[in-house]
Amino acid sequence: MGEKKKKIVKTIKIDVDKCNGCRACEVICSAFHAAPKYSSNNPARSRIRLIRDPLRDVYLPVYAGEHAKAECMGRNKYVIDGKDYDECDFCRAACPSRDIFKEPDSKLPLKCDMCEDDPAQEKPLCVQWCINEALIYEEREEEVEEEVRAEDVEVGLEAMIDKYGLQKVMDTMCRMTASKKG
Amino acid sequence: MRYAETGFNLEVDLTRGNIERVATDPRDTELYLGGLGTSAKILWERVPPEVDAFSPENLLIFSTGLLCGTPAPGCNRTIVSTISPQTLLMAFSMMGGFWAPELKYAGYDKVILRGKSPKLVYLWIKDDHVELRDAEHLRGKGAVETADLIRHELKEPNAQVAAIGLAGENRVFFASIEQGRSSASRGGIGAVMGDKGVKAIVVRGTKDVNVARPMEFMGLCNDVLKYIKFRNDNPIPGVMPILAGLGSPQEMKVHDEKWHTENFMWGNSRVRRKDFWNDEIAKAWAQTLDSMRTRLISCYNCPMTCGATISPPGLPTYMMKCFSKLTYTMAAFSDLEFGLGIAQSATEYGVDGFSTPQVMAFALELLENGILTDDDFPGMPADNEGRFHWLLDKIVRREGIGDVLADGTYWAAQRIGKGADAYAHNNIKKHEQLPLKLSMLNPIYFLMYATGEKINITQIEGQFPQAPWPTREEREEFAKDWFQVPDEKFKQYLLDWEPRGEKSMPFYPTVDMCCDIVDWQETMHYIDDALGMCAGLSSFPLKPPYHIHNYPKFISAGAGIDMDEEKLAKAARRYRTLVRAFNIRRGMRRKDDKPPANHWKKRFPELEKQLLDTYYTFKGWNGQGIPTKESLHELGLDYVAEDLDKRGIYAEAEDDPSSDAPAAAAGN
Repeated sequence: MGEKKKKIVKTIKIDVDKCNGCRACEVICSAFHAAPKYSSNNPARSRIRLIRDPLRDVYLPVYAGEHAKAECMGRNKYVIDGKDYDECDFCRAACPSRDIFKEPDSKLPLKCDMCEDDPAQEKPLCVQWCINEALIYEEREEEVEEEVRAEDVEVGLEAMIDKYGLQKVMDTMCRMTASKKG
Repeated sequence: MRYAETGFNLEVDLTRGNIERVATDPRDTELYLGGLGTSAKILWERVPPEVDAFSPENLLIFSTGLLCGTPAPGCNRTIVSTISPQTLLMAFSMMGGFWAPELKYAGYDKVILRGKSPKLVYLWIKDDHVELRDAEHLRGKGAVETADLIRHELKEPNAQVAAIGLAGENRVFFASIEQGRSSASRGGIGAVMGDKGVKAIVVRGTKDVNVARPMEFMGLCNDVLKYIKFRNDNPIPGVMPILAGLGSPQEMKVHDEKWHTENFMWGNSRVRRKDFWNDEIAKAWAQTLDSMRTRLISCYNCPMTCGATISPPGLPTYMMKCFSKLTYTMAAFSDLEFGLGIAQSATEYGVDGFSTPQVMAFALELLENGILTDDDFPGMPADNEGRFHWLLDKIVRREGIGDVLADGTYWAAQRIGKGADAYAHNNIKKHEQLPLKLSMLNPIYFLMYATGEKINITQIEGQFPQAPWPTREEREEFAKDWFQVPDEKFKQYLLDWEPRGEKSMPFYPTVDMCCDIVDWQETMHYIDDALGMCAGLSSFPLKPPYHIHNYPKFISAGAGIDMDEEKLAKAARRYRTLVRAFNIRRGMRRKDDKPPANHWKKRFPELEKQLLDTYYTFKGWNGQGIPTKESLHELGLDYVAEDLDKRGIYAEAEDDPSSDAPAAAAGN
């Protein structure tokens, strides 16, 4: 158990009624996280995705959260204001059931970092680019248990281990290390 | 490495089912930019004037613009070009939406269709995987419905679909290509797609689009967003609501339709209803729009909300943009509820929202005047609205009189005879125009209407105010922060412009000033069409965020091509001239460069001649509107001059340079 600690929770308030479906959030997210920064963009790499079905008036900006190794046993439906939503529409996980929140090349999971990347941004860029104010940035204080956070590399490696097994990953690492040295 | 563009086109031979990924020449990007520019070059090289719209040799090119798929806000347009069955000239119609960026992410700049498919197919592009798939099960389906069915069939909810409806399948000359909330409607390009046996092009892309100088490019994008916010908060005073702000007019937002309903013509572009708008109508129409409009929506990466999702009672939901809101209503002398309802069918059928209502009103006018009779309309309902629904249905199925009307008013009148051509009175280059009939000649609009090859006035006008503000103070106020002008002299043109008196229309702006103004407006539109930028953030509104001063920077930082204002203007002039040369080669001459005879009541033949002569010279065209060898040489288009020369076009023009006599139409 970690100890209790005050923490600023960064929040993006999503007003789906104000979303005009333009996907500028996806553009700027993927551009910001490109290396070198802004050198490319690709919504398929974005850590925010707009679940968009205009004819059914479904507009849901969803942020990439934790990676889920397996898909859920059931898929429930929600009916809100007469509109059908799949449970997955609200889900933040990169999971085997769908192709969002995964690097298109490696299939490694993506996760929103609230643009704390180098250099940290005052507000997440998706919020800055949503000038219709469907995305509003807020901060609130909360008491939370401190947790040990996995580094990015660790998150990535864990996913590789899940997919290929520990032995395979270790073998590959050894081989790569050897070839780099040699 | 190529920046902003991918450097590859998809070449699809529909006759043989062959698909190739072809690398493009980066030198062409530098000279013709992309989009319309590079497509015009392909059409020039590969589609000789003998080729008809419906020949297998005709190409149908879906092109992204150079900056589509980069973070440049609002840069999302697909430019579709081919030979128009209606004008017999180059059609280049554009649509916003989401398709062009998706194609870039899939790794292609253009899709070039040639030949004809033996059966109805759709093209499925997912990154490197490209295939032609059977579409027989989609035959007769609506354009919106088709998109939905294909996404389900492929299990690709994020695929973008450009599809035709029944009108395209049946080669209606004003059939559109529909894509979600947008459509490419002018020139009958949907008919060419149908003729080629292609129901839809479906794209999903997951690759990167690169920019050359990232930090600089992002700085430019952020400046544009900042200026959009500024313009949203500071509408321009003293102009009608739709001209005050940015965007491809915010028709879906605006309730006040006094200006359109009282200044545009009703019926077959005949009747002006000067006292139409009143509180009762305002209230009823506002209620109609509010009750059917589910959401205001945008195209890809654009904060403007020019479109809307519309759910008419008892009908499927569709998406509407811009002025088709009123075209059906006004053609039928009906109300907004009718207009929004019939537009649902029209969108599924896939027809142009400008031409279609006018074609139907034209048919009913012929009936009223005894040129057509009741026998031509068997089974047509008696009620007004019912007749429009009935006509629309006949046209898209090409049944009975619908088969004649499906060729558009110009060709229908030729087929009907009996003086019907007097009723096809609102055309330019055989194509229906916005229903406007005005009083005093406007010299700027005269030139735009006469020489525009985009066929649609809204795709030519912009930038310069449509009329002077009554007082000099107001004009000074406008000119104060008008940094978009390419040259300070434009501010002076405006400041001295008076609504009445010596410095008023039609003799002020002077002929030379008119040339400058028209050239500026046209240049900006042509730049947009090569970059894929929406006119609504650039060439169309007053004081837009994109202009001649920041565009070169966008191209330099985005595509990595050294660009300055002069080089950019010259590139635009190059492919604009190429479009003209292409049409000249197909028989277009001075005789075609004219607005509808009744567009203005008060005409000034001498002034008009002077305007056209001076503008032609200004553009480097001879008295027949043909680009001269010298001007082509200056633009590096010697290959064009040689071809025109070889075809004897210069020899023919030299015989009688000022002749208005019809030149032989090539091709058809």
